Amino acid sequence: MDKGLNNSRKDFPILDQQVNGEPLVYLDNAATTQKPNQVLRTIVNYYQNDNANVHRGVHTLAERATDSYEAARDKVAKFINAASRKSIVYTRSTTEGLNWVASSFGNLVVNEGDEIVISQLEHHSNIVPWQQVAQKQHATLKYIDLTADGELDMDSARRQITDKTKIVAIAQAANVMGVVNPIKELGQIAHQHGAYMIADGAQAAPHMKIDVQDLDVDFYAFSGHKMLAPTGIGVFYGKQALLEMMPPVQFGGEMIDFVHHQDASWTELPWKFEAGTPNISGAIALGSAIDYLTNLGMDNIHAYEHELVAYTLPKLLAVDGVTVYGPHDPNKHTGVLAFNMAGLHPHDVATGLDMEGVAVRAGHHCAQPLMEYLNVTATARASFYFYNTQADADKFIQAVTAVKEFFADGIS
Amino acid sequence: MGLAKLNQLYREVILDHAQHPRNRGELADATGVMELRNPTCGDVISVSVQIDDDKIADLKFAGSGCTISQASASLMTTVLMNKSVERARELIMAFSALITGEKVSEKDDDELGDAALVGSVAEFPARIKCAALAWHALDELLDEKGATAHD
Repeated sequence: MDKGLNNSRKDFPILDQQVNGEPLVYLDNAATTQKPNQVLRTIVNYYQNDNANVHRGVHTLAERATDSYEAARDKVAKFINAASRKSIVYTRSTTEGLNWVASSFGNLVVNEGDEIVISQLEHHSNIVPWQQVAQKQHATLKYIDLTADGELDMDSARRQITDKTKIVAIAQAANVMGVVNPIKELGQIAHQHGAYMIADGAQAAPHMKIDVQDLDVDFYAFSGHKMLAPTGIGVFYGKQALLEMMPPVQFGGEMIDFVHHQDASWTELPWKFEAGTPNISGAIALGSAIDYLTNLGMDNIHAYEHELVAYTLPKLLAVDGVTVYGPHDPNKHTGVLAFNMAGLHPHDVATGLDMEGVAVRAGHHCAQPLMEYLNVTATARASFYFYNTQADADKFIQAVTAVKEFFADGIS
Repeated sequence: MGLAKLNQLYREVILDHAQHPRNRGELADATGVMELRNPTCGDVISVSVQIDDDKIADLKFAGSGCTISQASASLMTTVLMNKSVERARELIMAFSALITGEKVSEKDDDELGDAALVGSVAEFPARIKCAALAWHALDELLDEKGATAHD
């Protein structure tokens, strides 16, 4: 386990550096992952050899750029097992996808007195867009509660989702609590009540095999940068029939069929949603990232991360004064470990860990309602990916202990 | 290097102010109250001030935050208490310069006293906001004061 899954660590030269005089231990993967040489080379190669605008030119470079851009779409469709490439729309990010489905589809199907159901563990990007729809349509925004363990309370879900519910929108994997939510089961409940099921896949798609047909979700959104691709490229999936009825969010070039002086008609899916020149190199790089992940195998990635968590979680829990949020059973916990240390603010913890070369996130993780629910202002968060090693985990635990000792000596 | 560098930031006087904050609470007869948040971490600091005759007659802070933001707020109250509004604003400027790594006059540095030690946060750019929060809140309060005085 000392070279990452399948010796993958060598593909990430950024990891091979010193930070504050210590070897870098990068444990902020839930925020963004590092990019392997293969993805970086794809970007350079595109700009050195094929750069042109897509879907417009008749010249050779335009054709090459278009082919690569569309080939990446096919890779995405296969990656999440979409029934058709028409269901795959490129976005800027998960946030953009969730905003689109809320502002366009949400406002189409949610009426006065209806309900939108989300949960206590959502990221702001799956809360705030729904608040906007609820306010605009005079609908009610309801929250599914959590169990004492930090998992989604399915009894609460069954109570909150009613015949008035039009939208159920839930993160497939939680960015703080480190749990995987039963999206398929939630979708069944939603569909029984005639509601649509939307999953935020930002923390799930990079770490496990996704099958949107098996999950039977109506919409699914995720980001490239949390799965080896650059920032600024994301994916928005929707069932074809629903995307057909959903009005475009942005208007302009590329998305039109024909423009008259007073009105216009839209081109077919998926381009109807892709107004303007898209992030071409980002999409092609996402395709390359998917090749890399597929080559490793999503099931292998999932198993490897599980092994790392099973190794790290008991050691972190054993440090006196450490609180870990979410389930303490490693079988129920993803590679996201949110924690606090008694008497210490997470910012002080993160600065201390940084001095030891260990990069973690500290803050509210864009989940302020969850912080309120947990009655904390913030937490520290360490998050793994397949290139992390057992040595990284050891260094992390050692640094947590050192920080604890430093502040205990200084303060008492 | 490791944690040794942390000693530059978490000096004894800073840890002491974080553990035993001075002038904590809210003024019942405040002439101004300002609450500021650090959006990256959710920390909140509320500063209340009582200004008499263009002088800071009383000053308190409340809220929650990290060691740096709490210590910095506590130190601010001890340094700026009883200062004239004009001098307080100069010292806030000097403090802002210090924590972003700029030099300040010897006189300002002396008068900032222990608060000047927070200047080492300049070496930890991610933490400058923590140090600045309370001082920004007071600056806005004094700014409002100035604005009303000229009305």
